Amino acid sequence: MEQLTQDFLRTKKLPHIWCPGCGNGIVTAALVRAIERTGFEQKDVVIVSGIGCSSRAAGYLNFNTLHTTHGRALAFATGLKMARPELKLFVIMGDGDCSAIGGNHFIHSARRNLDLNAIVVNNHIYGMTGGQHSPLTPTGKKATTAPRGTLEPAFDILELAKGAGATFGAKGTAAQPRQLEQLIQRAANHKGFSVVEALSTCPIAYGRRNKLGGAVDMLKEMKEKSISVERAAKVDESELEGKTLTGVLYSIDAPEYSEEYYKSIGKEIG
Amino acid sequence: MPESKPVLMQGNEACAVGAINAGVRFYAGYPITPSTEVAEQMAAKLPDLGGVFIQMEDEIASMAAVIGASIGGMRTLTATSGPGFSLKQENLGFAIMAEIPCVIVNVQRMGPSTGVPTAPAQGDVMQARWGTHGDHPIIVFAPSSVYESYYLTIAAVNLSQKLRQPIIVLLDEVIGHMREKVTIPEGKLMVERSSDKTVPADYKPYDEKGITPLVPFGFGHYYHVTGLFHDQYGFPTGDPPQVERALDRIHEKLEKYRDEIVLTNYIGHKEPRVAIVTYGCTVRSARAVVKKAYWQNRMPVGLLSLQTVWPFPAKEVEELAKQADVIIVPEMNMGQLVGEVERYAGSEAKVIPLNRYDGEMISPDQISEEVGRWL
Amino acid sequence: MVQAKRKKVNSELDINRSWCKGCGICIAFCPKEALFLDKTGKAKTSHEKCTICGICETFCPDFAISLVERRLSN
Repeated sequence: MEQLTQDFLRTKKLPHIWCPGCGNGIVTAALVRAIERTGFEQKDVVIVSGIGCSSRAAGYLNFNTLHTTHGRALAFATGLKMARPELKLFVIMGDGDCSAIGGNHFIHSARRNLDLNAIVVNNHIYGMTGGQHSPLTPTGKKATTAPRGTLEPAFDILELAKGAGATFGAKGTAAQPRQLEQLIQRAANHKGFSVVEALSTCPIAYGRRNKLGGAVDMLKEMKEKSISVERAAKVDESELEGKTLTGVLYSIDAPEYSEEYYKSIGKEIG
Repeated sequence: MPESKPVLMQGNEACAVGAINAGVRFYAGYPITPSTEVAEQMAAKLPDLGGVFIQMEDEIASMAAVIGASIGGMRTLTATSGPGFSLKQENLGFAIMAEIPCVIVNVQRMGPSTGVPTAPAQGDVMQARWGTHGDHPIIVFAPSSVYESYYLTIAAVNLSQKLRQPIIVLLDEVIGHMREKVTIPEGKLMVERSSDKTVPADYKPYDEKGITPLVPFGFGHYYHVTGLFHDQYGFPTGDPPQVERALDRIHEKLEKYRDEIVLTNYIGHKEPRVAIVTYGCTVRSARAVVKKAYWQNRMPVGLLSLQTVWPFPAKEVEELAKQADVIIVPEMNMGQLVGEVERYAGSEAKVIPLNRYDGEMISPDQISEEVGRWL
Repeated sequence: MVQAKRKKVNSELDINRSWCKGCGICIAFCPKEALFLDKTGKAKTSHEKCTICGICETFCPDFAISLVERRLSN
């Protein structure tokens, strides 16, 4: 990491607790570079997270950091943002934290279109607790609580967010960290509720059980299966079969909640 | 202090007015009988004061939001009843562990479960102490009048800031919904917060030495807030001596300021033979009994009313037990606080529970009948 | 507000050995095969092959790789 972005890391807390080759580290590094790109003042940035491996990122980042309860990060962030609308909040949640226990807060945060930057770190599994399936685990994949493969269909988390009212949705992957960095930066600059789904890899709790190879294989596969929105527009429909679309999937202008609230009580903000 | 004109005020409204006068400018909540009026009052009043009112999607989110806003530097409050109080427990525990000031009002209904939403009870007393998991400290106030709702909410807001401790104000449906004449004093009631200028360079939000004022987020002090056990800077640790020390410290906070936290009131005979110990709306019935028995008829009876139910007023009950032969504990539940009275009365006094749990108040007649049995 | 400058000239790769967990991702994604695992299982650079493209820095999950100003060597 560059010297400046090292200022954004709590270097005394490293090395981190994530497994060797964990995609979460790649995503977190992209987040830090993205924050640097935005030019936000360090004191204005807040990292709010839930519970899970990716949520531990908060402890390693040198900002005001708030490591909350499982699934509730967005609700804590809502209170903080409404009290201090000038602060820039990045809310890091895992796939289970956000879409299972946190589902209700996710859809209402999207509905309000409050200017929070949600980063859903999707490694398709509950990694911290040893590999249970989440609502974003693909059907048929094995987990400790689905030893014969999960029967459940998975959410499309960005579609869900859009349906609920989110005004910015982007998908990136740990296998394309430069693109991910740019997407997070764009999300941060978007006024309103933004969601970046950052596809990540869990070689230990997910990869091994599902015979996906090691950290490198999983990243290579992820890269292979991805195609950017820009490229997808130029190729044949048949080439998109089984591929994951990456990039900005939607970006809409709509009234932002904190601005609307303060306007309604006669206060201009920001 | 100059007094304003007396007004007729509802208990729930008094909570809201007290909160606002104590500087609360952020409310997040969810509608639930019989507490909804607190939310409605805040929704009406906060915007004109530049404050934030937000109705969250559920009780859990409300609790989270008041914690988040408090970390941002606002004084915050939320209100609920039994089912919502149950939902809030996890995040309440977080606030206790992370030492974030906030006030939770629980207007008790008849429970368990959905219960009788519009009937009073005192069934959440033990839950208020132990509802969230682990050996956590808690402060719980129980107003027995509209005016007490007002000033105990103020006390809760201020103490919560001073001690960095979430505080519960335990009303019941009677106190919450009744209307009484109240005279709100004029003038500034808020306790000032420490200014940012006194923050040391090496800011320790969880200083081992005791209580440190919380410096809100956004001022360049990059500490970590978590529900995990943590060191003085907020970073997670599982090191046994640090864990034990951290848990002791959050309890010691309350012990150090006991005199400001444990509030009781005694009326009646200086040397009572039969005493009543109670809290909340039941105090009103007990007071009627003591008025007649002592003030009118000079009988050796007295009433110790507990404005603070947790930490339990052990000292006050011990003292009372030395005097009285019998202590009657009327509660609108199956006997939740009586165990604590027994514990501290020991062999000094006989403790008699008087319980009612049908959604109706304990009447003065019920209490005086029991008192009469022992005189 | 300070902007970090990404200098290619006068830069070299620095790998923090205490943070590197030897996952091998940087090695796999280096377009010039300029990285390898040394005897202790940590990543190391073959400086003659390295073109300072910075791809490894973005792929490292451990924040261990930095492009730093070239140290004056004797």
